[in-house]
Amino acid sequence: MDQFGAATAALLVCMAMTLIRSIAGPTVFDRVLAVNSFGTKTVLLIAVYGFLTGRPDFLDLALVYALMNFIGTIAVMKFTRFGDLAGMEEDEEEIL
Amino acid sequence: MNGALVAEVLSWIFIFAGSVFVLIGGIGLIRLPDFYTRIHAAGITDTMGAWLILIGLMFSAGWTLITVKLFMLLFFLAATSPLASHALAKAAFLRGLEPMLGRGLEIENDHD
Repeated sequence: MDQFGAATAALLVCMAMTLIRSIAGPTVFDRVLAVNSFGTKTVLLIAVYGFLTGRPDFLDLALVYALMNFIGTIAVMKFTRFGDLAGMEEDEEEIL
Repeated sequence: MNGALVAEVLSWIFIFAGSVFVLIGGIGLIRLPDFYTRIHAAGITDTMGAWLILIGLMFSAGWTLITVKLFMLLFFLAATSPLASHALAKAAFLRGLEPMLGRGLEIENDHD
């Protein structure tokens, strides 16, 4: 048990709390925020777990996961705002 | 040998500080009362906790290719996570989600 084990435990506890918020969130934005935060913690958990097991080869997966997490958050937010992933609504000018 | 010891101690310090920030962010994500305050708590986890943990992992890895990958991870997280938080807050505000305001902090509603 070294510093990586402690960081893994902290990350797992925090991921459980984030899951509670994503289930119990009153609005859809709370859920999107919790899922985005969960993805960031997953990236950190992959990196720390690679160091914990002595095989830090999972960092490529963490790198891909960080980018996928950002794209997923933006896509979900665009979907909740416009109801469509392909194009913009025609009332975009008055929203922006 | 001495340099390795210093790097180990710095790795301990940074990873523990990052774990504390991650835990503070998680507790805030549960306990805070409003969506906009919860963005603040999640932002603590996404920037400070992630950076400190990754810097601690860099000290533990030394000068290898792993440090380059960790630096790329740090750069991507630093670029994308505040952007996602900002876009989320702006989308929620434009959607009409009201922030919880205290006394004397009400928004003047005369422009619409």
